[in-house]
Amino acid sequence: MSFKRYIATRIVTMFGVLMATLLVTVALVGSNMDTILKQSVAFEIRQQVTENKALVASFKTPEELDSFIATQITQRTKSLGLDLPWYAPQRIGITMYKILILDFGHATFLTSDNGSSNVKDIIMEKLPRTILLFTTSTIIISLLGIFLGALSGAKVNSKLDRLTSTFAIVSSSFPVWWIGMLMIFAFAFTYQIFPARATPTIPASDPGYFGALLYHMTLPLITLVLIGFGSWAYLVRNFLIGILQEDFVMAKKAIGIPERKIIFKHALKNAAPPIVTIIALSLSGSLGGAVITEAVFDWPGMGRLYFEAIGVLDLPVIIGATYVLTAFFLGSVFISDILYGYFDPRVRTG
Amino acid sequence: MSLTVNQVAQEFSRNKIGLVGIGIIVLLFAMSAAAVIIYPVQTFKEWNNPVSWITYPKSSLPAWVNYFLAEKIPEHKILQNPQVATQTIGEISLTSYRFDIDYNYDGFPSDFIYEYSAKYQGAPLLQISVMRHDGLEFDLSSISLPKSKAETEYHQLIFSTDDSVKKSLRKNADKFSFLIDPLSAEDVVFSKTDSNSILKGHYTFQVNLYSVGSKVSIKESKFILGGKVYGVIGTDELRRDLLVGLLWGTPLALFIGITVAVGSVVVGLIYGVFAGYKGKRTDEAMMRLNDVIYALPALPLLIILAVTIGNSIFLIVGFLMIFGWVGVAKVSRSMALQIKTLQYVEASKMMGQKDIKIIFKHILPQLLPYTFASIAIAVPAAITTEAGLSFLGLGDPTFPTWGQILHDANSFGAAARGLWWWIVPPGVMIAVTGLAFVFIGNAMDVIVNPRLRR
Repeated sequence: MSFKRYIATRIVTMFGVLMATLLVTVALVGSNMDTILKQSVAFEIRQQVTENKALVASFKTPEELDSFIATQITQRTKSLGLDLPWYAPQRIGITMYKILILDFGHATFLTSDNGSSNVKDIIMEKLPRTILLFTTSTIIISLLGIFLGALSGAKVNSKLDRLTSTFAIVSSSFPVWWIGMLMIFAFAFTYQIFPARATPTIPASDPGYFGALLYHMTLPLITLVLIGFGSWAYLVRNFLIGILQEDFVMAKKAIGIPERKIIFKHALKNAAPPIVTIIALSLSGSLGGAVITEAVFDWPGMGRLYFEAIGVLDLPVIIGATYVLTAFFLGSVFISDILYGYFDPRVRTG
Repeated sequence: MSLTVNQVAQEFSRNKIGLVGIGIIVLLFAMSAAAVIIYPVQTFKEWNNPVSWITYPKSSLPAWVNYFLAEKIPEHKILQNPQVATQTIGEISLTSYRFDIDYNYDGFPSDFIYEYSAKYQGAPLLQISVMRHDGLEFDLSSISLPKSKAETEYHQLIFSTDDSVKKSLRKNADKFSFLIDPLSAEDVVFSKTDSNSILKGHYTFQVNLYSVGSKVSIKESKFILGGKVYGVIGTDELRRDLLVGLLWGTPLALFIGITVAVGSVVVGLIYGVFAGYKGKRTDEAMMRLNDVIYALPALPLLIILAVTIGNSIFLIVGFLMIFGWVGVAKVSRSMALQIKTLQYVEASKMMGQKDIKIIFKHILPQLLPYTFASIAIAVPAAITTEAGLSFLGLGDPTFPTWGQILHDANSFGAAARGLWWWIVPPGVMIAVTGLAFVFIGNAMDVIVNPRLRR
């Protein structure tokens, strides 16, 4: 299989997954959404008719008025296509098409900070903040993890190696959000260094907003790094151990190349494909896991938006956020696949 | 690959970390058993019912903090087993209930409550008094129960803040060298006479019930002395005893973790082996489906599923299984690809054995050690994911899981208010349970993949 063909199959699979996720989401929330839409149509028409005094006066009996309103409602639902069930092919088609062109409609309850109820606006406001926090933490985690992993992989069973391995196993079994609560207890209650809520109190238009955001970001950042780098170092260590057993490393050692150079220059380069894959996957994985972490720290990003939307069942926002999260996830799965294929030619021929 | 179960068990018994894991799990099962014995199912079903926790203190520290403090904080005490004595003098019958308390704390109790329910006829008289070790005796309250000709049941709580209690105490004003009028009842009852400071020692609260003619039977008689520390773990903002939640969370977490792990590993195993054994188009189609599910974002979909379909604990177990089996299927497929080329499999194929029989009799047993290792590794993931869902408030509200305790803690801002006893124990339980299974999984992994042994 050529590299182009490899990429093409990946793209098709990814698109299939994206559509499958959306279909599942629409199927799950569809019937609820229909009920809500129908209710709001009925409410809207009743209000319009009763506010029009001249129109109300033209009816002789209340029954006549009611039947007029009823016909109006059926007309409106028909024109909106709500008379068909949500699983009718043309309705699903329209819904999916709208989502594809990023038209998520208007939120039922939630608004963005500047008051817009357009789901696209809301998401565009929250997304950069999530990327800011989670991308920063992933970069710090991977740098720390690669460095520590290389050091402990080079000296298996040394003190540093045992410490790293133990820390990795222990830290990975703690839920991040629980450590977050402990951090809030330690650094917002006992020692009042950082704020407990990560949402800055000053408005977004203030010039000092970005600085405040960074300050509020510190505690969640420390938590994410603390929980994350252990398992990273452990992974890098395990890859490196495998590579250091290979013959070419032995040969380099025999020539007399210093060990430090072998590890950081030659061995790490060979461990690159799996490491790069994991970087890409954890970048997107961090976006998904952000839901709970953001809820703990009250960080005003995508995760909290998602959580709030579920709390009030704001379906357009739920669908929009699911779409964006899925797209990011799949995007990074795709990039990691490509990178893996690029670094390790065996994959694309397999 | 050709390890027998016996060999695995033998190897395992030499692995110290694996044995530690087994030890922790045995302990967790013991805790589950203890929970079922100490707190019957009824108790934990009352977890979210505020009425059943009304006699408990609000956000109180665990009782053992007193060992580390110079000034002992008064402990919240619920006395349920009084000494009962009955006397009959002519027409009048007297039933008395005695509650003995050794009060050795450095602060006044926050209040006291007497709770009872009586079955009677007529109009019995209820009298509460307290005897102190310095010889003083105070009447606290005397009330007559509502008159009734037929037999009725009456339930009442007498609070130390009731006016009748204050009024009765005021009669003893001359015994104190300071003004007792502005003080609350518990501050008077537990005070020295020369200054308003705590009088340590023995106290006896006596409840006398007089009735004429017919006999009174008391069904419930409880004396509650309000304090600021309680029990082994303490209580939360909703007055719930956290020990009940923590103990009952153990069987729930084990149930969720083990069911999800076993279910998804078994499904993944059969799926993967079937695909690998069949090969060709079946394999291709099955693996594409596998790819699609593998790439689905699990948490967002889990949240949507829990919100729209339901959050009963069994449904959540099912949802977790949907996303759990994929990885196992991938690995077991590649293993099946190797095993099916072995001669004995080909031989039995030649002999005309059915595919199903070959898979279950010849291929699956070979994968058993790997199966156990993957189950052990899948358990902590299932437990933390369920805890995460519960933490978001999407868990089954009828069961107190650790995640839900943490959800409540978070929604009451426990971390920022310093209520550490509400946050630390549930998280430690989640982590310890996860760690135990990780230990076992790692030990199994070393046995199954000898390459890791270095």
